Amino acid sequence: MKWETVIGLEVHTQLATRSKIFSGSSTAFGSAPNTQASAVDIALPGVLPVLNRGAVECAIKFGLAIGASLNRINVFDRKNYFYPDLPKGYQISQLAKPIVEGGALKIVVDGEEKTVNLTRAHLEEDAGKSLHEDFHGMTGIDLNRAGTPLLEIVSEPEMRSSAEAVAYARALHTLVTWIGICDGNMQEGSFRVDANVSVRPVGQAEFGTRREIKNLNSFRFLQQAIDYEVRWQIETLEDGGRVTQATVLFDPDSGETRMMRSKEEAHDYRYFPDPDLLPVKLDEDWIDKVRATLPELPAAMQARFQSDYGVSAYDAAVLTGSRALADYFEAAAKACGQGKLAANWVMGELSAALNKAELDIAQSPVSAAQLGALIARIQDGTLSGKLAKQVFEGLWEGAGEVDAIIEARGLKQMSDSGELEKMVDDVLAANPKSVEEFRSGKEKAFNALVGQVMKASRGKANPAQVNELLKAKLQ
Amino acid sequence: MSSETSLSALAAQLAAKQISSRELTRQYLDRIAALNPSLNAFITVDAEKTLLEAAAADALIAAGQAGPLTGVPIAHKDIFCTDGWLTTCGSKMLHNFVAPYDAHVIERFKAAGMPSLGKTNMDEFAMGSSNETSYFGAVKNPWNPAYVPGGSSGGAAACVAARMAPAATGTDTGGSIRQPAALCGITGLKPTYGLVSRYGMIAFASSLDQAGPMAPSAEDCALLLNVMTGFDPKDSTSLEREKEDYTRDLDKPLAGLRVGLPKEFFAEGLNNEVAAAVDAAVAELKRLGATTVDISLANSQLAIPVYYVLAPAEASSNLSRFDGVRYGYRAPDYTDLNDMYAKTRAQGFGAEVKRRIMIGAYVLSHGYYDAYYLQAQKIRRLIADDFNAAFRVCDVILGPTAPGTAFKLGEKSDDPVEMYLNDLYTIPANLAGLPGMSLPCGFDSQGLPIGLQLVGNYFSEAKMLNVAHQYQRATDWHARQPEGLK
Repeated sequence: MKWETVIGLEVHTQLATRSKIFSGSSTAFGSAPNTQASAVDIALPGVLPVLNRGAVECAIKFGLAIGASLNRINVFDRKNYFYPDLPKGYQISQLAKPIVEGGALKIVVDGEEKTVNLTRAHLEEDAGKSLHEDFHGMTGIDLNRAGTPLLEIVSEPEMRSSAEAVAYARALHTLVTWIGICDGNMQEGSFRVDANVSVRPVGQAEFGTRREIKNLNSFRFLQQAIDYEVRWQIETLEDGGRVTQATVLFDPDSGETRMMRSKEEAHDYRYFPDPDLLPVKLDEDWIDKVRATLPELPAAMQARFQSDYGVSAYDAAVLTGSRALADYFEAAAKACGQGKLAANWVMGELSAALNKAELDIAQSPVSAAQLGALIARIQDGTLSGKLAKQVFEGLWEGAGEVDAIIEARGLKQMSDSGELEKMVDDVLAANPKSVEEFRSGKEKAFNALVGQVMKASRGKANPAQVNELLKAKLQ
Repeated sequence: MSSETSLSALAAQLAAKQISSRELTRQYLDRIAALNPSLNAFITVDAEKTLLEAAAADALIAAGQAGPLTGVPIAHKDIFCTDGWLTTCGSKMLHNFVAPYDAHVIERFKAAGMPSLGKTNMDEFAMGSSNETSYFGAVKNPWNPAYVPGGSSGGAAACVAARMAPAATGTDTGGSIRQPAALCGITGLKPTYGLVSRYGMIAFASSLDQAGPMAPSAEDCALLLNVMTGFDPKDSTSLEREKEDYTRDLDKPLAGLRVGLPKEFFAEGLNNEVAAAVDAAVAELKRLGATTVDISLANSQLAIPVYYVLAPAEASSNLSRFDGVRYGYRAPDYTDLNDMYAKTRAQGFGAEVKRRIMIGAYVLSHGYYDAYYLQAQKIRRLIADDFNAAFRVCDVILGPTAPGTAFKLGEKSDDPVEMYLNDLYTIPANLAGLPGMSLPCGFDSQGLPIGLQLVGNYFSEAKMLNVAHQYQRATDWHARQPEGLK
């Protein structure tokens, strides 16, 4: 039987506000346990939540960026359950009226563009952390994270492969970091993915029974977990078994998913509107103010890169992989006036060097202005591509500006045609055999002669010029 | 003890340096020491801390920086978190909880220079109408120690009635200021919801809870309200309004006042002696120039069932934080996390609190939410609509505070529903968010006080206090004190 995979993602993005969603405590990551937990965060008797409008603005930004509708009246609900890292015994969330409804994201998989629709995105608070190690049979509770604002972003079940799910998750990651509402740090848990996965026979209209894989914190794990889960579900069904609704965890070491709880064990969260918080009204004024702070979005920028700089659709998509990358590219392209060349350098030499050094574009030792200046020197003939790479190395090492490196290292292309002509003559005189071969029709011999001239010039000769001169001399 | 214990008189004596705050406060502490063993109105008394606060007040007075009530001591319900003081909420769950911060209300009284006499006894987590659910034992009614003082602010009402404190703070979710005020023969006011910050007040039912003053007279309550009210950015339901002087209308004559008499408040279930006393009060107000108008609050008859859906629903969630993890009581022996939760909460909460948590969890649970919680919210709206309609034809609504006078200790503690009926007349104001107050209007044949309730429109506290003050100028019910305790 042929099977079809159906995937929907729920992504918890930590919002990049300085303080928590319902208290004034800092949201900074990595502090000593419970040093960022105020009376409100540890839920002392009598404390009350006060909404951080910054978190609401993050959600508005997101809604605008995906073309969603924004609920004008926002109600916060209590989701009741007991857990030691949930200090109030309930999480403040949004059930009936999420701030964001609808919207869509475009993804590209194997060159095919696809639109993934979103169901909703709602605001809620994060829980603290339970620390099971180091406490000899006890559990430590760190409430620093408790109350960190989250936007839970729920997609429609419209993805049909792990590749699509990863492409969607990446596109979402790009967007939330692009518009500055999330730092995107997956190791620190700023962007956590839950995947709802089911399979059904191709052609069947109803969905199969889904299992939810919780808390995937890398794109690689997302892919591995879905692939494993899909195989498992298909095997189970083909062996005559049944898939029952459940929540599962992915174990990166074994590469397998395992059951966390079944639907029967699912909580009744006893949601009801939080009486401590009044409904939040979004008026047009507020939305307009937030809209004005939105940067140019990836899709718009891709279109502009194609028309303004003549780069391909593929290149435009790669260059808008992050806002920092796009900004870098555009600055470099503007500095040299050579969009295509800038794109090649950014995606080629620069990306390779950054990957090798495990650096982010923002940490690049070579600035966009420097790369632009380098490209300009290629364009005006001062540098060959090969020499340019040497200059790039100099820039990377911090050896100074482009022209200074060219000067200091003597990397200027030979521009004195008299000197070059003498070199060509010397090479022709020293290689009568190659000259003979070329004249008898062996084209390869010509390349050998070019190589000899380049070698004699120690790479500084302009290859086009060498070609021209050789051709003239040999005719 | 001085017979003139009105707050304005005490403040005048302090300002004139006839007495120091330390001396005055010491007198009250002495009276607490003498009477509390029998009345059990206080859970925590700490004379040393109190006298330090009194000394600070004396310094303010000496420096000429005294406010209107600086140096006058006050007792606080043990529901308010008080920095450095045991704050138990009447529960074993918090029997060892020393609050690390001050509730907004406490901050305000501290800023006004009013020393705290201690923390008053109350029904556990404010759930009760007799003060019998307190982990720290029942409070006795100063008018007759065989009787309950009402609840949940029973300790507050009793300590004021026995003049163990010139005034006290209370909280009112379904009548917890007004009903004990009525049963103890004092004056108590529940303000419009949102007027007094709930920050630091341990939550029972967040959409209903409201703190207010309890004192012998309406004038005292007006002075205390001036201290308590005001916007607090730490409470999202706190209202941002211009500061009022609640004493401003006290002396206005009542001519032209339209008093609404809801027929539902004078129907079956009302004790005859209470009815007669309330009728007499109406006659007195008429003599003072008021007219009466018959009104109907038809949906108020559903107030008790609505309240016993909504308040437990909110409470079941509000009390989830008492889990033994971070503070308060934790069961000594348990096998795992769930066992720790179960035993901690089974041992830490009393029967009434558990009953309400179970009701609340039930009405919020999947499949029942629409039938109970949502339905109750709709009726709540209808109850508020009735009041809105009534206030088009009257300025203040009048009726009994409670259907009867104080009952005997233990008399109703086995019958929760009978107990709940005691709040029949007080709950509607909470559901509508309206201000309400209780003031003494007589005594029954056993010498137990009878309370008269006024319910006003939103933010009409000054008007209600005016009516109450004019009534109290013409009567002396509020000035009477329990014979044996004088």
